[in-house]
Amino acid sequence: MQTSRLLLCSSSASSSNQLLLFGSAVTLTLPSCLRFPSLSLTITNSTSSSIRFNSIRSTSSQMASKDSQDPRIARISSSIRIIPDFPKPGIMFQDITTLLLDTKAFKDTIDLFVERYRDQNISVVAGVEARGFIFGPPIALAIGAKFVPMRKPKKLPGEVISEEYSLEYGTDKIEMHVGAVQTGERALVIDDLIATGGTLCAAIKLLERVGVTVVECACVIELPELKGRAKLGGKPLFVLVEGEGA
Amino acid sequence: MSAYTNHNQDPRLHGIKTKIRVVPDFPKAGIMFQDITTLLLDPKAFKDTIDLFVERYKGKNISVVAGIEARGFIFGPPIALAIGAKFVPLRKPKKLPGKVISQEYILEYGRDCLEMHVGAVETGERAIVVDDLIATGGTLGAAMNLLERVGAEVVECACVIELPELKGRERLNGKPLYVLVEYFDI
Repeated sequence: MQTSRLLLCSSSASSSNQLLLFGSAVTLTLPSCLRFPSLSLTITNSTSSSIRFNSIRSTSSQMASKDSQDPRIARISSSIRIIPDFPKPGIMFQDITTLLLDTKAFKDTIDLFVERYRDQNISVVAGVEARGFIFGPPIALAIGAKFVPMRKPKKLPGEVISEEYSLEYGTDKIEMHVGAVQTGERALVIDDLIATGGTLCAAIKLLERVGVTVVECACVIELPELKGRAKLGGKPLFVLVEGEGA
Repeated sequence: MSAYTNHNQDPRLHGIKTKIRVVPDFPKAGIMFQDITTLLLDPKAFKDTIDLFVERYKGKNISVVAGIEARGFIFGPPIALAIGAKFVPLRKPKKLPGKVISQEYILEYGRDCLEMHVGAVETGERAIVVDDLIATGGTLGAAMNLLERVGAEVVECACVIELPELKGRERLNGKPLYVLVEYFDI
């Protein structure tokens, strides 16, 4: 069993306890008490009546004990603000703008992704508009990859390819420039959050349609209850924190 | 001031300028659109772009980098991270959750509104505003207003590209503007 440091579950959604580590698959049989362990961080910080920091659970790896969770995760987790009933009633919106105001937490967020991807021969970081534009470029710059913006319709000038997808609430389309990526390139797809997985799935399809290998999807936050992980066509997903879904 | 007209022109600027793609008649006939996405496809040119801004603003006690949606989100965060400042997104209406302040402004082609989170910036903080391009200066002017309304000091506006013929520089209430390249629609 490899002893590489695992921050989170990076497994696919299969029911067997199989972890996909970069370049290899390791099959483990874990006792049920060690499967998907979670740490509960409850931090209540009322700076004003309109801001509440509710609990966000962070998960450590399947293999390791609680102690192995990267020490940077706790601060990242607690810097994310939850806004109830946005954009509509019943949705607990995960607001990463407060993370961006914490210079250490923002730097740590980027570092965690960069450490994971820097030696993986990745030449493309694709970021989904608009919050993927905040996290993608710093990662791309640090690992020496190009940054490819994936945008809502009619924003990119010149020739584009499009992919339609379903949202939690309606349908939408994302576009990528023709010629931005080449067949055979290895890519990451970045967004701030994965909910139902619709947007990320469309992004993966766009890249695969032009012959690119999507190595992994990377998000700051996952809402596991919405089961987006299972919609990625078997592609692995790496996240830093989990939040409670709508 | 622009890096392009500086008599000691930085050797990195040529590489940056040649990577910007001009797309005619976008978003409508007659407009020569300055497409920075091709710059982002060149890791060295993109890194040089960020480095030029970072070299200018590091060590100047700037604690806020405000970036204008959406292309300001591409250039602002790497600058913020490198100089140890927070990144504050300035967004179109209804995108930011929670309490916001709004500023309306006139565009080349219509009217729009920019929003910022209440509490993102504190009185007395020193800020720069980042966007990919300045045209008429309407958007940047609105961004500056938002920051000044909450008592921040806007030290400078920073853009990759300026369209000098549109005189946006004059619409920044006397605030300095720093750009890397200028484009003249001759």
